Amino acid sequence: MGHLLLAYLTVVLYAASFVFYARVLYAPQARHGWVATFLLAAAIVCQYFALLLRSHWTHSIPYDDLYGSMSLFAWLLAVTYLGLEFFHRQRSVGAFVTLLLTIWGAALRIAVPDTPPPPPPANGPLFAFHVTLNTWAYAAFALSFVLSLIYLVQDWVLRSRRPSVTFWRFPALDVLDRMSRSSVYVGLLTLVSGVSFGLIWRHRLSGSYSWGDPKVLITLAILIVYVAYLALSRIPAWRGPRAAVLCAANFLIVLFSYTFVNLYFTRFHRFI
Amino acid sequence: MATTTNPAHVAAQRIQLALIGCNHRSAPVAIRERVTFTSEQALSAADELRRRGILEEAVVLSTCNRSEVYGVSTAGPGTIAEMEKFFVSFHGLASVDLNGALYRWTGSDAVRHLFRVAAGLDSMLLGEAEILGQLRTAYGLALEHGATGPVLNKAFQGALEVGKRVRAETEVGARPMSVALAGVRLAERVFGDLRGHAALIVGAGAVAEQVVEHLRNRGIGTLRVANRSLDHAQELARRFGGEALAWESLEHTLDQPDIIVASVSASNPVLTRNALERAIAGRHGRPIFVIDLGVPRNVAPDSTGLYNLYLYNVDDLGEIVEQNRKAREAEIPRAESIVEEQIRKFESWRIALESSSIADDLRERFYLQRESLLREKLGQLSDVSPEERARIAAITQELIDRVLEDPTRRLRHGGGMRGRLGAVEALRHLFGLDESAPRKDKKN
Repeated sequence: MGHLLLAYLTVVLYAASFVFYARVLYAPQARHGWVATFLLAAAIVCQYFALLLRSHWTHSIPYDDLYGSMSLFAWLLAVTYLGLEFFHRQRSVGAFVTLLLTIWGAALRIAVPDTPPPPPPANGPLFAFHVTLNTWAYAAFALSFVLSLIYLVQDWVLRSRRPSVTFWRFPALDVLDRMSRSSVYVGLLTLVSGVSFGLIWRHRLSGSYSWGDPKVLITLAILIVYVAYLALSRIPAWRGPRAAVLCAANFLIVLFSYTFVNLYFTRFHRFI
Repeated sequence: MATTTNPAHVAAQRIQLALIGCNHRSAPVAIRERVTFTSEQALSAADELRRRGILEEAVVLSTCNRSEVYGVSTAGPGTIAEMEKFFVSFHGLASVDLNGALYRWTGSDAVRHLFRVAAGLDSMLLGEAEILGQLRTAYGLALEHGATGPVLNKAFQGALEVGKRVRAETEVGARPMSVALAGVRLAERVFGDLRGHAALIVGAGAVAEQVVEHLRNRGIGTLRVANRSLDHAQELARRFGGEALAWESLEHTLDQPDIIVASVSASNPVLTRNALERAIAGRHGRPIFVIDLGVPRNVAPDSTGLYNLYLYNVDDLGEIVEQNRKAREAEIPRAESIVEEQIRKFESWRIALESSSIADDLRERFYLQRESLLREKLGQLSDVSPEERARIAAITQELIDRVLEDPTRRLRHGGGMRGRLGAVEALRHLFGLDESAPRKDKKN
């Protein structure tokens, strides 16, 4: 059960990273910023090995049960955030993301199965890419959701003219907007790739594309609403807070797809 | 010839950091302006204090809010009086002229004052950052000139560290404390980096000029100035380093600036809701940040709810400054705890330095006693050969070294700061080291 030990260590590293990101938010120091980033990177590496060991244990890529798929989701969320942090040179939102990852990781401990799930049918690499890329897309959309919420809070504070302690440390609206759009770009790119792999895999398996499956339909809807967000966020009437509200609302559809659709509507996408 | 302290050769007297000076609290500007030091005067004063033997190390700090002389002396309690006499005479004043305006601190109180100054806790504008730069400059000049020594070096390096830590670890210096800076910092919350952004200054005024200065410091891209009189606009544009804009074209160009600073004397709003609405539409929804410094207001109040318009008037900014002032004050205890922590570090270093020097002096005193005793006693013995004399000398020296080995170690490394300080004081008292220990000042 080495993967469990590494999973616990991952949560500890996320928590430690959160402590330093929170410090950076409250009283910025370059040294603390680097420590926070280093701890996050260490957590990502640690979680990667936890997932790898678990894959060896279950003889599958870790998305065949709730615990595995949620762990993969958290890992991809952390990877996406770290990429955005480097790309935008902005650490102020790290505290929120690492807090989410810490809570997520701690909550997942409840879902740890005692015995490995039964080995899945051998679906091949196309299927593995399909699921992994789609999970990555959901993680990127989750990140854009967090960034949009921070944007809306920051906008509200600016309009209410009552800035609090951390307000002065938050990233600017413009930066949040760009980070959110970058995250959506990552999400769209991985979702399109993931869906394409899925369609090819399905066609090879059954000779059809299963367009009528509710999961496929809602995924197309997700693609449309996020493309709409990117388009609308550039036109005058939507640019700014309205686009942020739209981005946050879009994630509710992602959540719906990830939970209700998986549980009750789809036939072959039921993996929870 | 000037002298300086040296860690390896500090006499066993107390190392005394001393300070005299006045600041905005202790003296009105009418007095402060009479006791300022230029950079050259600061260096010549430091030289003179050392040349006269009043101080062994000296740094003069002179800003618009304070004139202070920091020094190190082992001469005892008379130092402060000597410093004061010098301070007064240097400026051609009589003691009575500065009556009640000077403060005098010694020892850890002087260190505390220096650290609080560096932290911005003693500033007129709580937590202001400029003082740290001024302190660094004053110290750098003195260091370069050779006016400092190990004690002031340690004290000023500690002060610079305190200044950096307080600003990094507390909110004392974090929030803007002027209307102009608050406006610019709020604009940064919208646009981030202001480089490449455009600003428009409508009218003029003292606060507007401050805003321009802050915008310039942040590398604002384009700066335009509009005024009712084009001549005046051109003059202001020259002063601000921007472009002048004809008043008539103001409304047509409102879609270009990201930041508008309005400061016009007008009974009616200069920027109407319709004009701003058109400007936002013309900007394809990109936000506009407006700082309205006019009283009566220059921006129509009904513009407040416009989408992507962030509007702050002078009252809004004043309220934020007031909130920030309270928030900064709430951070004072945290800043003070950093100051106290650094004082403990400095005191610990000072005591280690004193302990080390007192142990050396004690050993030297025993050696002198030994030499005198050997001379006296062996002189009476004619049958002792030179070899035997040498052996007796070596044995007695070893005896002294062995006897002093443990106490020296404990004095240097053991017992905590308080214990070591107590031991140093006891040794001074028991062996009368204050009165008769030989001075080992190193000549420059």
